[in-house]
Amino acid sequence: MAHYPTRLKTRKTYSWVGRPLLDRKLHYQTYREMCVKTEGCSTEIHIQIGQFVLIEGDDDENPYVAKLLELFEDDSDPPPKKRARVQWFVRFCEVPACKQHLLGRKPGAQEIFWYDYPACDSNINAETIIGLVRVIPLAPKDVVPTNLKNEKTLFVKLSWNEKKFRPLSSKLFAELNKPQERAAKCQKPMGAKSKSAETPSWTPEEHVAKRIESRHSACKSRQTPTHPLTPRARKRLELGSNPQMSQQTSCASLDSPGRIKRKVAFSEITSPSKRSQPDKLQTLSPALKAPEKTRETELSYTENDKKASPERCVILRTRIPASKTIDIREERTLTPISGGQRSSVVPSVILKPENIKKRDAKEVEAQNEATSTPHRIRRKSSVLTMNRIRQQLQFLGNSKSDQEEKEILPAAEISDSSSDEEEASTPPRPRRTPRTVSRNLQSSLKSSLHTPTKLKPRTPRCATPQIRSRSLAAQEPASVLEKARLRLHVSAVPESLPCREQEFQDIYNFVESKLLDHTGGCMYISGVPGTGKTATVHEVIRCLQQAAQANDVPPFQYIEVNGMKLTEPHQVYVQILQKLTGQKATANHAAELLAKRFCTRGSPQETTVLLVDEEARLVVLTIANTMDLPERIMMNRVSSRLGLTRMSFQPYTYSQLQQILRSRLKHLKAFEDDAIQLVARKVAALSGDARRCLDICRRATEICEFSQQKPDSPGLVTIAHSMEAVDEMFSSSYIMAIKNSSVLEQSFLRAILAEFRRSGLEEATFQQIYSQHVALCRMEGLPYPTMSETMAVCSRLGSCRLLLVEPSRNDMLLRVRLNVSQDDVLYALKEE
Amino acid sequence: MSSRKSKSNSLIHTECLSQVQRILRERFCHQSPHSNLFGVQVQYKTIQRLGQVPRGREERKFLHLSELLKRTAVHGESNSVLIIGPRGSGKTMLINHALKELMEIEEVSENVLQVHLNGLLQINDKIALKEITRQLNLENVVGDKVFGSFAENLSFLLEALKKGDRISSCPVIFILDEFDLFAYHKNQTLLYNLFDISQSAQTPIAVIGLTCRLYVKIFKEQLSLPAEFPDKVFAEKWNENVQYLSEDRSVQEVLQKHFNISKNLRSLHMLLMLALNRVTASHPCMTAVDLMEASQLCSMDSKANIVHGLSVLEICLIIAMKHLNDIYEEEPFNFQMVYNEFQKFVQRKAHSVYNFEKPVVMKAFEHLQQLELIKPMERTSGNSQREYQLMKLLLDNTQIMNALQKYPNCPTDVRQWATSSLSWL
Repeated sequence: MAHYPTRLKTRKTYSWVGRPLLDRKLHYQTYREMCVKTEGCSTEIHIQIGQFVLIEGDDDENPYVAKLLELFEDDSDPPPKKRARVQWFVRFCEVPACKQHLLGRKPGAQEIFWYDYPACDSNINAETIIGLVRVIPLAPKDVVPTNLKNEKTLFVKLSWNEKKFRPLSSKLFAELNKPQERAAKCQKPMGAKSKSAETPSWTPEEHVAKRIESRHSACKSRQTPTHPLTPRARKRLELGSNPQMSQQTSCASLDSPGRIKRKVAFSEITSPSKRSQPDKLQTLSPALKAPEKTRETELSYTENDKKASPERCVILRTRIPASKTIDIREERTLTPISGGQRSSVVPSVILKPENIKKRDAKEVEAQNEATSTPHRIRRKSSVLTMNRIRQQLQFLGNSKSDQEEKEILPAAEISDSSSDEEEASTPPRPRRTPRTVSRNLQSSLKSSLHTPTKLKPRTPRCATPQIRSRSLAAQEPASVLEKARLRLHVSAVPESLPCREQEFQDIYNFVESKLLDHTGGCMYISGVPGTGKTATVHEVIRCLQQAAQANDVPPFQYIEVNGMKLTEPHQVYVQILQKLTGQKATANHAAELLAKRFCTRGSPQETTVLLVDEEARLVVLTIANTMDLPERIMMNRVSSRLGLTRMSFQPYTYSQLQQILRSRLKHLKAFEDDAIQLVARKVAALSGDARRCLDICRRATEICEFSQQKPDSPGLVTIAHSMEAVDEMFSSSYIMAIKNSSVLEQSFLRAILAEFRRSGLEEATFQQIYSQHVALCRMEGLPYPTMSETMAVCSRLGSCRLLLVEPSRNDMLLRVRLNVSQDDVLYALKEE
Repeated sequence: MSSRKSKSNSLIHTECLSQVQRILRERFCHQSPHSNLFGVQVQYKTIQRLGQVPRGREERKFLHLSELLKRTAVHGESNSVLIIGPRGSGKTMLINHALKELMEIEEVSENVLQVHLNGLLQINDKIALKEITRQLNLENVVGDKVFGSFAENLSFLLEALKKGDRISSCPVIFILDEFDLFAYHKNQTLLYNLFDISQSAQTPIAVIGLTCRLYVKIFKEQLSLPAEFPDKVFAEKWNENVQYLSEDRSVQEVLQKHFNISKNLRSLHMLLMLALNRVTASHPCMTAVDLMEASQLCSMDSKANIVHGLSVLEICLIIAMKHLNDIYEEEPFNFQMVYNEFQKFVQRKAHSVYNFEKPVVMKAFEHLQQLELIKPMERTSGNSQREYQLMKLLLDNTQIMNALQKYPNCPTDVRQWATSSLSWL
């Protein structure tokens, strides 16, 4: 079995060959050739655009095969990286097992397939390239040669689009065939070339760039069309002199003619002079329906590519379903590779130690990222194209807020920023570059923070309605008591939140750390009503917003969603989307858009405060009253994702309530100290609800005001006043109601009790109670109650909910229950 | 001459009386807002006079409410009040009066928006939202796009309410009649949001819920003194009579009995209305007898009345059922059992009751069912035999006996049979 040297085994040094070409439109530095030097090996490989390369993959025995389309340097992030854009091929083993039968025959040992799957990310890290390989296209009639000695040679006969195998179209075939003559491996003795690699013309940035790269990072490359490089000619010659290749080409097979896939055909329609274009289009705008138009409006990619070098190595890329890929990748990265080398074609490349370390450290994280971004990937190429259009429209001052436009907003921002700031790179692609995903998103959010306002002016229909304003200004409070009442109102925003310092600090730290780390997180805050959950979170956000303005923390976007203000759970998506981008959509659509945007969804539970961090991470603060909500209601899947960050707000103690009241009434002498204490103690004993506490105090001021009609009174709320207010608030209305009910009603209640005692049940029919009632009335000397009267009494009590009664159509047979405890009834009746 | 004079007198009386009746009926039926206002005041007066209820309480409630509303209107303070009490205890009256008083204040009337909702009309949040939007005249703001989806409406309204602040926005008073029904709405979204807004510094809102649960108000008498009556002499005479009546012992007894039954103002109105209807030109003054008869009419047992109108056969069937109830302890019976019981009685006392054929008895039985004096245990299904359908009697023993006492021309044997099922032995 062939083994390919990877960076795990050998150290490789990558360096550019030739002058960098500045792509004026994209501000990338593109190159024609790259030199790979393997440590401990006397050869170095020169890889040129248009050649077929092996790329480090999950399986060391079967590295990915691709055709190199572009080489460029990405310096969007401080250490510049070498990137490459490729057209992938897939090996048969990379085709999902469930689809392998579609081939209908045994695959050749060295057969690969043109990977016709535009959604696949073609932007890779150039330093994952292992070496060159030879790919020979076969005409549909040709038989795939088997048992070849040269394992380095691969054959492509069919294309695979994740659904079907199809024969290569004639144009594609020609295109693949042609470069074979030119593209040849470039192998040179170590001596001269290695020096040239270290020549001062190679900027230090490149060396920096090498350090950071993770193996899976990928990048889109830009070719410089106008730069003629010598190596090309040389390669051509070399390839031409390879006799093996031509032999292989002659071997042909006749099997499996398939239909030509539309996309392939489409990409092939262009004339030979524009041969590189199809590749371009494929990666750029598969989703676009009118590529021609796009190209017109676009400044960069397509124009560029048309001019791009005529070497059209088409590089296909393996494609395994996303989830699978991740698992596999994990396994394989850990497997050391045996260092079987193809001496001629692929020189071993030495891996730098830094690379290894970093890769390992980031492996897990990277995989997580990869799973969460399928939508993004699929759409990326169309998005890119749309970006261009957007840019133009923006430039023209056309600020139509169109759904489609908005949808791609985040991506648009990526390219904006990258094209502005970066010289020779395009934004990294998520497919193979887990690490870069975060950066990708980072930039997207960074920009999205600023853009929505400037890009989308509010359309008039968004005008917010308003209650008409009053003709007369509201009066300001005159007396001390009125002022106190105003301050005690629940709506009054206190300057500080006393007694919640610890909780404040905890939440603040949590959110701040997430902001600083650019990570996401979730926190669950619970507590009984009126314990200051919402107030504390608001306070935290306010502080963070101030900090963000002062640049202490990265800026962030804040979205608040209240579950109770939604008509149904699905509306949460609409709300979030609307607050995030200002667009309106149906619930389902909004969910999709959001999934696209975050790949994370807000939980539609109770009160949810989503705090959307600028860094595209999502910090979710959820507030609810239930302590064990995660365990009780949420599904395991949800609750496990909710994480462990919980915070429980304990009910206020009496001293805390007292402190709250004092802080509200600061400098306002309206209450006696004892009066405050009484209220605080009463409330703390019952619920610890601060709202209730404030309300009682407010009521006390009213009582005070009412009782002191004399203008010269000091107007201080005394214990008596607050006592009255407390009584009013906590007194049982049932007992009051029973005490105040009419004589007949009371005797009916007695009759119920008597009947219950007689039968030993908690339920009786009206008829039974009626006979008891008649007997009671006789005993107490009341006039004989008729059935109709008693029925009226019963239904009155039922409407007060003192009794629970059946619908009255049952007449005498309706069943009656007490809705109050028997003791309460007895107590209330005894008082008289 | 004298006859002419008396005639004109009686003519005047008739006019006056019809006027009195009109005024009083209006008052009893709550048709004009004026009567509402009057009603509230009278409540206090009555309460004070009868001294049966802490009088201050009512007035303080009222003052508290109007004070609260005033504060919302003037200071822009958000509040919420829940007024609870049994039906007919004057909650709506209280609110209407308080609002009326509020609107009379000049600076307020221009400033306050009112939203009236009723739980019986706005049966879900969706309808309620539309109604709120309509009553706030917000639909003009959005132009043609008035009512979108429920969710849109909610966010629209919330946004509208949120935009305001305490100082500049116009206060809105929400009055939710039949408040308890709102609480049955799904998730109580509307209530949550109204209360939430009333607790935060947004548009000042006073939410007033009315419900008939609990809290009692008591009053007893509302006998009428038409204040500005055209015929002063008649008015004086009428008032004197009312004064005399209120001191009459039998009248007080009637009122006490009525009060014992219910402390509802409306039932009192009902009583007075019945008494008022007996006032005619020939009988210009209300008397104690009028009131007593009205009271009897009010407390009449409706089922006993029905029994009075039954035929002897039907009475016999009811008595048979009563006996069956006694024997089998409230177990349900069917027609066949009743018929057998009836047959036993007829065979012994053949001379007193004609021995009807079975179909005739069946017809009588069905008539009783139609009158809902007996009730089938289950729904009648087509194929079950009627004779064997289980039934229950919806009359109490005491009711039957009382009705028999008053039943005209009841054969003695039947009456005896009613007292004891074994009387024929």
